[in-house]
This record gives sequence, structure tokens and C-alpha cells, in this order.
Amino acid sequence: MDIHEYQAKEILSNFGVAVPQGALAYSPEQAAYRAREMGGSRWVVKAQVHAGGRGKAGGVKVCDSDAEIQSATEGMFGQKLITHQTGPEGKGIYRVYVEAAVPIEREIYLGFVLDRASQRVMIVASGEGGMEIEDISAERPDSIVRATVEPAVGLQEFQCREIAFALGIAPGMVQQMVRTLQGCYRAFRDLDATMVEVNPLVITGDGRILALDAKMTFDDNALFRHPQISELRDKSQEDPRESRAADRGLSYVGLDGNIGCIVNGAGLAMATMDTIKLAGGEPANFLDIGGGATPERVAKAFRLVMSDKNVQAILVNIFAGINRCDWVAEGVVQALRENPVDVPVVVRLAGTNVEEGQKILAQSGLPLIRATTLNEAAERAVAAWQSDMKTNSNLRAVQ
Amino acid sequence: MSIFLDRDTKIIVQGITGKMARFHAREMVEYGSNVVGGVVPGKGGETVEGVPVFNTVKEAVAETGAEATLVFVPPPAAADGIMEAADAGIRYCVCITDGIPAQDMIRVKRYMYRYPKERRMVLTGPNCAGTISPGKALLGIMPGHIYLQGNVGIIGRSGTLGYEAAAQLKERGIGVSTSVGIGGDPINGSSFRDILEQFENDDETHLICMIGEIGGPQEAEAAEYIRGHVSKPVVAYVAGLTAPKGRTMGHAGAIISAFGESASEKVEILSAAGVTVAENPAVIGETIARVMQ
Repeated sequence: MDIHEYQAKEILSNFGVAVPQGALAYSPEQAAYRAREMGGSRWVVKAQVHAGGRGKAGGVKVCDSDAEIQSATEGMFGQKLITHQTGPEGKGIYRVYVEAAVPIEREIYLGFVLDRASQRVMIVASGEGGMEIEDISAERPDSIVRATVEPAVGLQEFQCREIAFALGIAPGMVQQMVRTLQGCYRAFRDLDATMVEVNPLVITGDGRILALDAKMTFDDNALFRHPQISELRDKSQEDPRESRAADRGLSYVGLDGNIGCIVNGAGLAMATMDTIKLAGGEPANFLDIGGGATPERVAKAFRLVMSDKNVQAILVNIFAGINRCDWVAEGVVQALRENPVDVPVVVRLAGTNVEEGQKILAQSGLPLIRATTLNEAAERAVAAWQSDMKTNSNLRAVQ
Repeated sequence: MSIFLDRDTKIIVQGITGKMARFHAREMVEYGSNVVGGVVPGKGGETVEGVPVFNTVKEAVAETGAEATLVFVPPPAAADGIMEAADAGIRYCVCITDGIPAQDMIRVKRYMYRYPKERRMVLTGPNCAGTISPGKALLGIMPGHIYLQGNVGIIGRSGTLGYEAAAQLKERGIGVSTSVGIGGDPINGSSFRDILEQFENDDETHLICMIGEIGGPQEAEAAEYIRGHVSKPVVAYVAGLTAPKGRTMGHAGAIISAFGESASEKVEILSAAGVTVAENPAVIGETIARVMQ
């Protein structure tokens, strides 16, 4: 789960990481008021969306007066910010963070991640702050400093000092850097984060080390023990189809194609998408309905997939292991009787009691296209989508 | 003996009183696995599916001589259950539980390293379908009847995709020595490399089938190991050709976040190590049949 910059800063600040003075606003008037309240003569207003690359996309503006804040934020609220991380639909701006501008002398990149190779928490830092880590590793790989944390004893002070010296931090400021690193690590560990990114961490002209931007991602599997973090979930930043699926216990990822997929198991779901692609089609979604594939889940899945207006054909691929194909087939028939769909549906069942399952589908009277192998299923779904497309465009031509 | 299991390997089920655990314990017994007990704190003294329940794993080991365990404990307590098994002297642990916090798994891995290698428990999973040595024993939740006994060793992250591969093999009359699910989580007990090593040293395994997916460095690490240490033919499939970058595809670990983690990059890395890659999941069985000839 992702949270907003201002929320991440508040959390990090509670763990001893220094951040610039700032306040949240829900309207242009409030933004201007917040700036007056804060004092000073220069502020930065930042659109709060769950995506990086806000600066280049116009989501961050430096302002020197109330009037400037008012007009800058009027152009933000209610708009969609499109950055290279949001996709073409962008993400809605409903909150703006107003921050006192600070004199920046140096920018540093600081990231804490779950490193899957060492199976530990890893710190990644670079003196080339402000750039994204992908670009830093492509252009200045030699500037990257790494350290892993021994889980039994946690991050040690000497490791923090090593990082600070490697980054060329002035000796008088090393202790501040140690505090910053320790604070980020403790927040990561105590709150079950999967990522903490401070980019940039800045050294100011007056000798302070501040987190100028902050991003935190949390382990969904650990939210049960952090109710205060769960509360920070902002559904306005999620794909509505994905939030709906998550609320129903289904795992769904929306894509750009036209063939909707309903599959049991994450690996088989990805493999089904691949087969569609190889057969010349494009999958509209990833959807794992779980190992069980009960009739209720199948019904929910059909409703979810059909809520995507781009879907022109559906491929159901269920490998019945513990449950049985006849039972899954009944679920599919029941779901389609209760929620008829107006696109071709290809069903491929495999595993236990497959013959009985096929018989139920055949005798249902529903216009289902049946397939026995994975390849056949993908080819038939692509063919059904193409002929459906032709029929529809002919219809439009007639109208 | 197959790599982890044999007909008489003594098995316990942690969390056996739960509905799903009870169901799968029965399936395992029906398959012929030697299930000797269960562990549920506070339920010691009860009998479930004909086997005694103990309060602690230590007690179960002392009373039954248990060597292997199936962890079916809910996510908040699953890591604790795995560590309890490691401490009690269990040799092999399969953890089925999906949804264990990643930092709990970091602690589990660290904890297991307290024990010298010869006494260290082997863990596969979590978030996996388990391990089966067809004709011998099932320690997991897979449907036993889709596997023929034979000489192909299967290692996979995904449950149902592994079933798909086994079913394609059965259709061609090709059998399996052992199928091991390593699970879909970012931090797991055993990697492809660990199981490849087991299969390389296993006389019953003549060919190894690896079913990978997007995310993480373990397929690349396996390729490196195959290049230097594996003499047996390896066939692989990597799921997620169409998966977008930065999105989690169902499995917590299935997310492309770094170079070398996409399906096409993994295919390239594995091919360069001499692995025969099935481009399409529908031809895994066919590819294995071809390589076997």
C-alpha cells in the first residue's frame, strides 16, 4: 500500500528524521492561508498523488506570494496529474502540501528496500540525488553505496557512518546523517514497510539535513498489525476496478487489451495472458480468483471483468485440482444465467472430472465456446474477439 | 528416497484442526503419506483424522519421531510456527500459508541460520502448493492424481501452473520424480538454485523442469548455478511476458522492479545458460518430451 508524501514525512519525522516545515491544504484558499500561517517569503506547493515524477509533470510549483499560491493551486485541485508513473489516465489531485522553501546545497538519494537476493533490508544511497534511482544506476552506477542490515541486531551506527563518509558528508554533519538513516530504518522495520525512499535528501546552506521528498510503501500482508497505517489508504489514488476487486478478495490488475481473463492461480493467470498474446490478442486484465474457484467467486469475477468497457471477449481458464470441474462448470453456468454477458465467452476446464464439467457446459444451452487445451482456448478467444469486432463494426456501418 | 520424502517419512500438520488443514491432512493420508500427528497449541490430547494432536512441535517430535511438517497456520502466526519446527529438530518443512509479512520471513531465514548446516531444517514455501513424490508421499495441497511416477523433477513458484505442467506430462505418459513448490512470496525458504542442487544429486531425476515468473533474482541465480553445476537437461518456462512493470501480479513476489526481473530478460538469461525454454505454457510437456529423446 502506498501513502502520500505528507503522510510519509509525518511518519519519518516521528522517527527522528528532519523534514521542512509544511502543512496540508484541501483548497487554494486553505493553501494560501497555510503559507501565511507558516510565515516566510517562499513556499513550494506540491500535488499529493501516489506517483513519482510530479515536478516534471507540473505538480510542484515554487511560489513567492499568496496570490501565486492561490493561482498555482487553482490549476491543481480536481485535475488529473499525468506523470511517467501514473499511466495515461493520470491521478486526481485532491490534496496539496505547502512547504517552506529551503536553500539547497546538495541533493542525495536515499532508499531502503527489501533486497530479495540477500533476503534482508538494503540501504541504497547516492550523491546524485534528485535523479531517479533507475537513471542513477544507468548513468552513475559507481556513485551508489549499498549496505544490508543484519536482521537480528538491526542497523548499526558504524554502517551509517560508513555510508555518510562514502557520500562525502562533512564530518560535522555525520551525526545528523546517522540519525536520519537510523530513523528511516526504524520506521521501515517497526511499520513493516517494503520501501522507504527519500529523494532528495538535501543538505541546506545552513547545515541541516532534511528529507525534501519522501515515499513509503507498506507490506499489505502486515497491515493487520498496523491499523494506523491502514487508515492512510486513499482510494482516490487507486484504479477503481482494482480497489473493487481487492475489497472482494480477488486479485485484479487492469490492462489495455480486449480479452478479459478469469483464471485460478497467479502463475496460471500470467501464463494465460501470455498465451493470448502469442495467439495474436491482448489481455484486458490479470485476474486470479484463487485456488477454490467457488460459484460465487466466478460470478464476482464475471461482473468485475465486464465492468471494463474495452472487454470484447472473455476467456475462463480453470485448472480444477482439489475442487472438481463439474462444480466449477456449474458455477460458470450459474454466473452467466444470473449475469448474462454480451461478449463471446470461451471456457477451458482441466483437471479433476473434466468430462462431467464439459457435459454441464454443453447442456446448459448457453452460447459458450469450449476448449480443451490452453492453446486452443487462447486461439478461440482471439478468433471470437476478432469476429465479434467485425460484426460490431458491420452493425455500426448499417446504423 | 526422493529428494525430501519417502513412503515412511513421518509427517505432522501444524494447524491441523482448521477446516482446510483437516481436509488436506485427509487427502495426504489417502494418498499414502505417513501422517503421524498434528500440532495446535491448546488442543493437545485431541484426535483429528485419526492422528493425535500435540501442544508443541517438540512434543510431537518426541512422541512420534516426526521428520517433516506441513505448516497450515494463519499468516500472523505462521513465521512463529516455522521457527518452532526448526527448533524442534524437524528436517523438512513445507509452509502453505499465503500472506505472511515479508519481514517475518526475513526473521525466519535469519533464525534458521542459527543451526549448523547438518541440523538445519529445509523450508520450502511459504505460499506454495507443497511437495509431492508421486507414488511415495504428498506433503502439500496438490491433487495427487495428476502426477505419474517418473523421472522429471519439477520446481515452480505457482501452484496451478505447476498442475498444468504435470497434466501435460501425464498426457504424454511422462512421470515426475518430485515436484516442489517454492512459492510466490518475495522472501522464500528455498530458491530454484537450492532445489536444482537437490535434483542434480538425485538418481531418480533425469530431467529438471523449472517454472519461473516475473520478479526477483532467483531465476538468474539459477541460470548461473546451472551453467557451473548442473549436468542434467533443464527445461524452463517463465510466466508474465505480458506483465507491466511495477505492478504486483497476484503473488506478492511477482513484480518487475529491477533489471533482469522481466520474463523476457529471464528467458534470455536462462537460454544463455543452456536451458531449453518453452516459449508458451501450452508446450511445456511437448518441450520436455522432445528434450528427453
